Amino acid sequence: MATASVSGSREKELWRRLGEVNDPELDEAITEMGFVERAEVMGDGSVEVDFRLPTYWCSPNFAFLMLDGVRKGLDRLSWAPAYRVKLHDHMFAEEVNRGIEAGRTFGDIFAELAGDKDIAALRETFSMKAFKRRQEAVLRGLREHGLTDREILGMDLAAYDAARFEPGEAAAQKPRYRAALLERFPDRRAGDPVFVTWEGRQIPPAALSAHLAELRGVRVNMEFNGALCRGLKQTRYKELGVVDGEPTLVDFIMDRVPARNAPAV
Amino acid sequence: MYRTPDGKDIFVVDGHTHFWDGSPENQRNIHGKQFIDCFYAYHTNLSPKEQLWPKGKFEKYSADDLYRDLFIDGPDDVAIVQSTYLKDFYKDGFNTIERNAEVAKRYPERFIVNGSFDPRDGEKALEYIHFMKETYDVKGVKMYTAEWNGASKGWKLTDPDAYKCFELCEKLGIRNIHVHKGPTIIPLSKDAFDVHDVDHAATDFQGLNWIIEHCGLPRLDDFCWIATQETNVYGGLAVALPFIHLRPRYFGEVIAELLFWLGPEKLLFGSDYAIWTPRWLVEKFWAYQIPQDIAAERGVQLTDEIKEKILGLNATRLYNIDIDAKKKALASSPFGIAAE
Repeated sequence: MATASVSGSREKELWRRLGEVNDPELDEAITEMGFVERAEVMGDGSVEVDFRLPTYWCSPNFAFLMLDGVRKGLDRLSWAPAYRVKLHDHMFAEEVNRGIEAGRTFGDIFAELAGDKDIAALRETFSMKAFKRRQEAVLRGLREHGLTDREILGMDLAAYDAARFEPGEAAAQKPRYRAALLERFPDRRAGDPVFVTWEGRQIPPAALSAHLAELRGVRVNMEFNGALCRGLKQTRYKELGVVDGEPTLVDFIMDRVPARNAPAV
Repeated sequence: MYRTPDGKDIFVVDGHTHFWDGSPENQRNIHGKQFIDCFYAYHTNLSPKEQLWPKGKFEKYSADDLYRDLFIDGPDDVAIVQSTYLKDFYKDGFNTIERNAEVAKRYPERFIVNGSFDPRDGEKALEYIHFMKETYDVKGVKMYTAEWNGASKGWKLTDPDAYKCFELCEKLGIRNIHVHKGPTIIPLSKDAFDVHDVDHAATDFQGLNWIIEHCGLPRLDDFCWIATQETNVYGGLAVALPFIHLRPRYFGEVIAELLFWLGPEKLLFGSDYAIWTPRWLVEKFWAYQIPQDIAAERGVQLTDEIKEKILGLNATRLYNIDIDAKKKALASSPFGIAAE
């Protein structure tokens, strides 16, 4: 019995670590996107993870970022197991798998395939997008809630933490925005405003609408990818015979529409 | 012709259609299989359930399917059929100009056959442009900057070889350059779908119209910015429009951005047939209203007048289609296949 409960808790820890890895482009957990096909703690304690992306064509640099995240997550497992991570059905699966296994950097793996690759810059871009998308959801949530633009932009972290939302997009993004803010501005002081631009500039109340329009643009792009990725992932392993699963897809996709707007049209 | 519920006839130019062969027999390698699979996933992902095709038909459909879906069951008056070669993936190419010209031959009034070329072929590309002009009198071309060609995994509109080709196009009166800038499918050439090269090319070739298919999505903001600067940049709605079914609010956000930045004169309807069929797209588009909060935020409306422009009038300007003359010609050229 002891063995069973050990392996059960290890299994949980494994999924928790995997759940901390985001699809950088969509800013959503890879486990939620269904990219982890299989994650298992074997009898000897070693770990096997099978990873599959929505299309054969998915960008390999995104694949690399995610697999690198997985690798780092597995390195933190409490029982320090040997592990094997495998990317399936991808145009560069072999190259990526070989590289990941050997612990090579992205540049090494793709040097011969892609010329220059600035993965650090890419990471930065994705952090910025996540920051903006999360911020937009919370800002719109606060406006929905009836706060004035001046009140919203005057919030500090204490006021932010006290705010409560009904379940929905704003509620889901609130802690995630907090995390993104602190990651971006680790030196911020207690009284600093919570809502600033990615560059750290204050947003005057009169400029909030324009600011939101810009954030919307970021989200429109990300959601396009998200909707396609989810749908493609869903349909990739279904042929027509099972497409009457469409309601599932609809539900799945509609989940991403902020709750307050769901049946808007 | 689309007849609205209140009886108005709307002239429809479908700016983006294909007559492809993605069948296993034609696939050269795994890339060919995965490419058509990816298209099929788009089809199954965004189509209404009753519009879904079996895989086999989707891989290779008949000329009669195309006529019926576009013009008989469908509302298209004229279809622009784009050429996409992908010869590294398909033995006879995916949909070459020969294949398109063949399907168009039976109803020439119905089709505008666009060509394609690959600037990386150098001198041969220039010869090919001459050939397409002389043989098919093309008015436009479809550029696929992410197409593979030997060791190359993509090219840019601003490449010197590309500029030579565009100079020739301008000289020969091939004025409409459709560029696929859409969802990332061939990723390693990270710049291949980036939209910034459009900016320079459009500035340097004022005599050409640059129709950016899929509006650069998911790089809509970059595209809007560029299209606002350049008077000769247009947005093709293929792939954006099908979202109208599953995610109507999202479509509202996209179309509101486009109307705000580009205005109603610069957007072109396209079904991307056979990924989607035009009938349901046009019906849903005509019935559509942008959700009020989004419309208010951007100060735009999708009026009937604007819809009519997007569905056909804008494209008639680019391709010099005289609507009255075209209607007469179509009336005297009935279809020879049974409508089901």
